[in-house]
Amino acid sequence: MLDDIAIRVRQNIGIVTAVLLFTILYLLYNLAHPKGFSSAVLVQNGDEIFALAMLAMAQTVPVLASGLDLSVGAVMTMVGCFASYLLTGAGGTPLHLDIFGLHLGLGTFPGGVSGILLGIVVCLAIGALAGFINGCIVVYGRIQPIIATLATGAVYIGIALFLRPTPGGKIDEDLNWALTNSLGDFAATVHIFGDGAAAWFAPIAWIPVPFVLLILIALLVWVPFRRSVLGRAVYAVGSAEGAAYMSGLPIDRAKIAAFTLAGFFAGCGGLFLAIQTSSGNADIPQAGAYTLNSIASVVIGGTSLLGGTGSAIGSIFGAMVLRVISFFFRIFDIAPLLQPLFEGLILLGAVCIGALGVLRVKNTLELFR
Amino acid sequence: MSDAVLTRHAFLTLSGISKRYAGVRALEGVDFACERGKIHAVLGENGAGKSTLIKIISGVVQPDSGSMRLAGQDVSFATPSAANAAGVVCIFQELSLMPDLSVADNISISSPPRRFGLIDARAQRRRAEQLLAEIGCEDVNPLMRVRDLPLSRRQVVEIAKALGKKPQLLILDEATSALTSADVEKVYAMLARLKAEGVAILYISHRMHEVEALADRASVFRNGRHIETFDKGKRSTADIVQLMIGRDIATQYPPKPPRGSPPPVLDIENLSWDRRLDRISLRVGAGEIVGLGGLDGQGQKSLLLALFGVLRGVTGQIIVEGREVRPGSPAAAKSVGIALVPEDRKTEGLMLPMSIADNLVIASLDAISTGPLVDRARESDMIKRAIARLQIKIGAPGDAVSTLSGGNQQKVVLAKWLMTEPKLILLNDPTRGIDVGTKQELYRLMRELADQGAAILFYSTDYDELIGCCDRVAIMYDGRIVRELEGDELTETNIIASALNIDAATPDAAGATHA
Repeated sequence: MLDDIAIRVRQNIGIVTAVLLFTILYLLYNLAHPKGFSSAVLVQNGDEIFALAMLAMAQTVPVLASGLDLSVGAVMTMVGCFASYLLTGAGGTPLHLDIFGLHLGLGTFPGGVSGILLGIVVCLAIGALAGFINGCIVVYGRIQPIIATLATGAVYIGIALFLRPTPGGKIDEDLNWALTNSLGDFAATVHIFGDGAAAWFAPIAWIPVPFVLLILIALLVWVPFRRSVLGRAVYAVGSAEGAAYMSGLPIDRAKIAAFTLAGFFAGCGGLFLAIQTSSGNADIPQAGAYTLNSIASVVIGGTSLLGGTGSAIGSIFGAMVLRVISFFFRIFDIAPLLQPLFEGLILLGAVCIGALGVLRVKNTLELFR
Repeated sequence: MSDAVLTRHAFLTLSGISKRYAGVRALEGVDFACERGKIHAVLGENGAGKSTLIKIISGVVQPDSGSMRLAGQDVSFATPSAANAAGVVCIFQELSLMPDLSVADNISISSPPRRFGLIDARAQRRRAEQLLAEIGCEDVNPLMRVRDLPLSRRQVVEIAKALGKKPQLLILDEATSALTSADVEKVYAMLARLKAEGVAILYISHRMHEVEALADRASVFRNGRHIETFDKGKRSTADIVQLMIGRDIATQYPPKPPRGSPPPVLDIENLSWDRRLDRISLRVGAGEIVGLGGLDGQGQKSLLLALFGVLRGVTGQIIVEGREVRPGSPAAAKSVGIALVPEDRKTEGLMLPMSIADNLVIASLDAISTGPLVDRARESDMIKRAIARLQIKIGAPGDAVSTLSGGNQQKVVLAKWLMTEPKLILLNDPTRGIDVGTKQELYRLMRELADQGAAILFYSTDYDELIGCCDRVAIMYDGRIVRELEGDELTETNIIASALNIDAATPDAAGATHA
């Protein structure tokens, strides 16, 4: 038994390191923060972390199958722009398409609660579809993932720009309020648990909604996927594609599933970002920054860029580590222009700590295995 | 037994199977049959068509012409999984394991036990434990990643994985080449059990004594053709070798020169490393071939790696030609005249996608460069010399080295190091998975190099080879050299007794190891 635990810890040392690093950094942050350890700080941090955590999960799945997805930021941005049309609530939104000098009316997208729920489903489906297209291009077009997603990423950004040449649109205010605050605020907005005043509810009312969503998505999407045959095949493809093929695994379906899931997670991120900012914005630098940070989160979270080992859970902690670092700039009042420099140095340091094990290797051949 | 009788009882029948790769004939009009409850050995040099035969039977490649019948039904397998579904399971020479997945994951990879549609990790683990127990290897923890296991254990996992597919026809392609002798015994017992259950078994091995011990029947292949099938005992080993290579071989091993007392090239004193090498002292003289024997994993490989500068934290003295050296990397070892033919030619010996020519000169770029630039004329000259010297059969030097057969690949590894003109050559089981003909050429070459004054340290898992090739054999046990055997002492009984660290003088103990 102890043996088994030791083996598991050794095999997941990357994730364990990321969790420890996050815990230490976040404790320090709360200690230094004037309003540390309060629900308000937690809520604010949850809102800031959520989208990146989603993109980190998105990036993890293709990376596990030995592919990079450079379109996650673009998918996020595109889904956000769609959301700014579909989640307006109240009376709904009239949709129309202006293209090649034509003006095509597309009817009215419904408002109200059912309209909002439908809008959420459509937005997530668009994200998954974008990922599915990536997967098909990689598998059937036999194009390297990094190139395929570089190209589709540009297409998705193009669609986003077409939808929102300038930032705008609107998101239902109740939706914004309900999802970006604490569970208590959520219950009060959607009128459940006695508007959040139920006695049993009080002990958990302080928990920020984004954290709950994060945990739900991890438990309901990632964990089952990891334990499915398709999920296993994704790891197998990243570990040794030839051996996976020879073992009769569905490697094509596994790759398509990996990219589709990436699109879905990126869609979740885009949806939340739009809800949080109450608008759609085809922000190209932001899309790029999110893509690069998603890769950094994956690495900090202990997933090998070579594929085969790691977990989306680790990547969530990787994303949180990355975000907490930037929180420190606020309390220590570091000049904004210096922030990228410090961020880079700290990132480098964190990755180096993860690689310290190299020094203990006594057989240098093992470094290349 | 006539072919007609063979076909009537056959479980698997191939008729008129041909296959070409890019115009090169791999199989030509092959008729072949095997039966349930029989172990059928397939023999032939590398390049004889055995691998292609297996790949066709197991659905990896499709034949250009010919037909295949399994249990009386016409079949053709488009993929390995289609073959598996029909009960045809192959244990490939190139391991088909996923290094980052756990042993349990790997064993159940193609049909994991499920609960509520998801993989049941606990059931999967139990299954792995059961299968590993069936081949007597309970020591492998199913949670371990395959990456963290030594080669011999990986092969055990590979066998367990194949067993888990409930084979009707089991194909073993050099599946025991990396196993320790203890594990080989267990695999034999497992094969006997499967045979009794009526499983048809195809067995490919280059170790003649294995074939003799196991096979009920054998088929010899040469140049893509099926030459002959015969029952156990109908042919002598010499006959079989003759059939395989189609020409006479005078003696298997080159003669050993008379022993003198050559000046030492390598002198090791009290070499220790990380509890796995324990105060080793050994001398290898110029012109000497010294064998490293013993059970697998007693520190032989570590010793070679320590000498080649791969290990950190080595203590003790290494003296090469009278000068103490302390190589900190393979590059440093190379500069003092040490060469190593590594354990795994595919990952450590060669850069598979690069050309034969590039691989041949990769260790001696210094010698053919002027400043930072490689001199093309000197390079092509060196390549020509290397290919001629080792008689490597190739199309063009520009072809990827991965296109060569295993034996020729190993020759490229050796040639690469010969180009550096080493004083000390370390060989880590260089004949693993190599056909008889190429093995003999390697033996001849080793002796030639020794005669030219090189010192050779040669680790082999094949006792026969150690006895035939080496002037002296150092037997290792638990990181120590327990005995050095020389001259008449160099017998299989002595090697085995020393390897097990038992006193050869006790006849009971020595006898027991043969049982």
